[in-house]
Amino acid sequence: MMRTLFLALSAVGLLALLIVPFVPALVYDIFVMKTLCFVLFACAFNLLLGHTGILSFGHAAFFGTGAYVTGHLVKVYGVPTDLGILAGGVVAALLGTIIGALAIRRSGIYLAMITLAMSQLVFFFFLQAPFTGAEDGLQRIPRGTFLGIIDLASDTALYYVVLCIIGAGLWVVWRTVNSPFGHVLRAIREHEPRAISLGYPVARYKIIVFTLSAGLSGIAGSLKAIIFQLAALSDVHWHTSGDVILMTLLGGMNTVFGPAVGAAIISTLSHYLDPFGAWVTVITGVVFMTCILVFRRGVLGQLQQRLKRRPSPTASTPIDTKPKPHH
Amino acid sequence: MPAKNTLKTIALSSAVLSIGSVSSAMANDDYSDDLVRIGVLTDMSGIYSDLSGEAAVTAVEMAVEDFGGEVNGVPIEVIHGDHRNEADTGASRAREWYDSEGVDMINDLSNSGVALAVAAVADERERHAIVNSSSNVDLTNEYCSPYVTHYTYDAHSLAHGTGKSIVEDGGDSWFFLTVDFAFGIGLEEQVSEVVRDAGGQVVGAARHPLDTSDFSSYALQAQASQADIIGIASTGADAINAINALAEFGVTPDQQPAALLLWYDDIHSLGLETAQELLLTNAFYWDADDDTREFSERFHERTGRMPNMAHAGNYSSTMHYLNAIEAAGTDDSAAVSEKMREMEINDFFAEDGYIRPNGRMVHDQYLWEVKSPDESEYDYDYLDLVTTIPGEEAFQPLEESTCHLLDDE
Amino acid sequence: MIIFGIPIQALLGQLMLGIVNGAFYAVLSLGLAIIFGVLKIVNFAHGAFFMLGAFTAFLLAQHLDANYWVVLFLAPLLVALVGMVFEWLFLRRLYGLDPIYGLLLTFSLVLVLEGGFRVAFGSSGQPFATPEWLSGTIDLGFMILPTYRGFVIVAALLACFATWYVIERTSLGASLRAATERPELTQAFGINVPRLVTLTYGAGVGLAAFAGVLAAPIFHVNPSMGSSLVITIFAIVVIGGLGSIKGAIITGLGLGVVEGFTRVFYSEFSSTIVFLIMVLVLMLRPAGLFGREEG
Repeated sequence: MMRTLFLALSAVGLLALLIVPFVPALVYDIFVMKTLCFVLFACAFNLLLGHTGILSFGHAAFFGTGAYVTGHLVKVYGVPTDLGILAGGVVAALLGTIIGALAIRRSGIYLAMITLAMSQLVFFFFLQAPFTGAEDGLQRIPRGTFLGIIDLASDTALYYVVLCIIGAGLWVVWRTVNSPFGHVLRAIREHEPRAISLGYPVARYKIIVFTLSAGLSGIAGSLKAIIFQLAALSDVHWHTSGDVILMTLLGGMNTVFGPAVGAAIISTLSHYLDPFGAWVTVITGVVFMTCILVFRRGVLGQLQQRLKRRPSPTASTPIDTKPKPHH
Repeated sequence: MPAKNTLKTIALSSAVLSIGSVSSAMANDDYSDDLVRIGVLTDMSGIYSDLSGEAAVTAVEMAVEDFGGEVNGVPIEVIHGDHRNEADTGASRAREWYDSEGVDMINDLSNSGVALAVAAVADERERHAIVNSSSNVDLTNEYCSPYVTHYTYDAHSLAHGTGKSIVEDGGDSWFFLTVDFAFGIGLEEQVSEVVRDAGGQVVGAARHPLDTSDFSSYALQAQASQADIIGIASTGADAINAINALAEFGVTPDQQPAALLLWYDDIHSLGLETAQELLLTNAFYWDADDDTREFSERFHERTGRMPNMAHAGNYSSTMHYLNAIEAAGTDDSAAVSEKMREMEINDFFAEDGYIRPNGRMVHDQYLWEVKSPDESEYDYDYLDLVTTIPGEEAFQPLEESTCHLLDDE
Repeated sequence: MIIFGIPIQALLGQLMLGIVNGAFYAVLSLGLAIIFGVLKIVNFAHGAFFMLGAFTAFLLAQHLDANYWVVLFLAPLLVALVGMVFEWLFLRRLYGLDPIYGLLLTFSLVLVLEGGFRVAFGSSGQPFATPEWLSGTIDLGFMILPTYRGFVIVAALLACFATWYVIERTSLGASLRAATERPELTQAFGINVPRLVTLTYGAGVGLAAFAGVLAAPIFHVNPSMGSSLVITIFAIVVIGGLGSIKGAIITGLGLGVVEGFTRVFYSEFSSTIVFLIMVLVLMLRPAGLFGREEG
């Protein structure tokens, strides 16, 4: 029952995403693209938080690095856009390996603080580096063509390219979580000493997942740089690291795609609250507070919980859940 | 061609939007969707929300009302949005406005990252953008566009206004307290050039991170430099904290601080006791003459505050844009752009102001000195005029501009 | 005598200013440290409570014409009350969960407080005059120190000492320490742990507000005055060792000095250096400078 419902919902969602460029009066495609970037960013981030139990408070470093690397390569060196995006992901992944290797030597709050500190150093680098234009940002990055054939100057063409890349990225996340590798990650999250005693090279696993998460976050940032044709300091600012945590928790950190829902909620809030003028910050705060107090498992997490609990007269109990007491 | 697609998109979306509206029946080819729509894109909720924010929206609305609410029989509408000081949010909002909400002109654009990003969109979509509260000179150089107008002030006018007048007045050794941002460093470099050209010297500079609250260390550095003038190349809270610290450490009476971008609102937050004798360049002061007072008092009634130069610029530039539409008889961007650059601006804000081909609005700038508490006789009575800097001197000479539009002529 | 091209007198001056700045950090990080010690929550709203303190002082002085001494004691009390209500209504629902929820709830509070004050008072801030009798200067030989900055050092250190004394030397502090180590057992001994927790939160944010009142005459009072402060303060607490009171105070003072010297030698880096130090410290001493290693 639950599975069918989710499949149906996913199908509707996918269809909706496919027709976005044709309904400009209903929803704006660039807004959807921006949201998609955050969707990938949040899901990649959740590989660490939800699936491995590692809180990184410096993920903006990877997101922003992707944006700046891609932007600089494409704008100044005329690197093709596809290679530029790839390079953004690779450099972010390398940075992820370095920061990850340092950070995982500690755990919990100390680990979070090391990632925060490293991301502040990265921020400082991008603030000082002459090519970033500091607060003016790296402006007018050309969109170029994708694979030499698709002209990205058209928003519609760009939209489908972005959709495909984000889709591929999410597929990587999903595969990772549902692979033997992902099971080990969960074992580490649940009981690290036991994973160690079972002979798993826990440190190496953590570094690998850190690298993967950073690389995907970097690609999300790269895409954003291409979409808006700019990379800005806000992409590497710690506020963005905070935002991604918020998205993940709002959506549900114990689900694969919960963070995607969270990302959608937060982008939508910031997009549609404009009429409230100066009150927008207060309203956002109140919404977050309510969510944290009421939907502690996150929106998707709570929904799953509901569906699991509700006894259904037509469908049999899902096989993959333990029987729950009726109430 | 993408431009055509855009037009189609607009036509489609506006058709959807204007169902039920009367004007859709009598379609007029000269005006896109029979409406002139102006978007005020500003910082509604963040650190610059006092400098532009809701009051900027009010200023634009006042201009539209004073114009009569319609131009050549076509209604004018004002909408507003919040860029949150993020360049991507600003660019995204601007694209959406141009593409699917039929916005013809975007005004205000505080924050230079946002202004540059929106200018790029305006150029691409061939719609108007008027920058009133950002100082970046790239807007009229590398990134200039026939559709982008830089209206109130820029880094060049600030540097040349304050820098030149002070050196001529005898303040010839300078020390800078500069915010470590492109804005601050650019301003410092420009003023340094002015100072050196005028025969003065720059003895040193300290660059502080954005959002520094404790300036005591810099106050001591400034004191040790023994420079006559302490140039403060920052704005908002940073500038206020710097000026406070200079006063607190007794730097101020002996060495004179010169604020390179101080807003009228900042003087209010500093208090006259601390701010007195400060020198600043502003394009507008509410209490300058009868015309400015007339506008400012109406503005005060609506917002509970006096307008600063950006608010006055918002009003004046909107008025100019509407006048250009009226003269052109269409809201077609290219025609309006031509009219805007052709017509002179004469109102309470500018005298014989004109817009150069690179988008720079040239008008006089003023050097002011902050009054002491004893000199201030009524509320908001803060500034004394020191000197008027003619527009031609304040702004970058046209031949120095690297704007590509100038090559064609 | 000249060191690195800078006269020793100037360096002594910078040292003095560093201590003043460090005094703020000490009070703020002390508050954050005791909250973390007992609630195990990172109080992200610490900077917002700092701002609230400064604003309360401004409002009391402006509208009630309150005397500076009154403000200095009354404002932190009022803010502490606000903090306790917040803890009692919301924060306590999150105990026992992953600490990240507490962090996010307090982060949301920052949005509400900063946004609310911006709506009510605007973004550009308010003037707050230094009290008349503290507005002179003191000649220290190597520098002229504004009297008020000297007063800040004394007041901040007194507040730190008083807090340390209450926690380490009184029976209230003893039950607090017990509640930190073994909450169930402490409850079993008839001590009202929840009330103790509420009081601790109040005391922590009260200290933040106290720092805010001290800051009002010299730093610009505006809604975002605390927003970039909180991660610095948090880094200080971690460097000092989470839960260590002594660590928070000493590191706070020390960091003020280090930051002060950075402003002379590599000013652009001055707001980032704390993070470099934090990485180095955590690599070498996992539990911070004064923290206890846990298993």
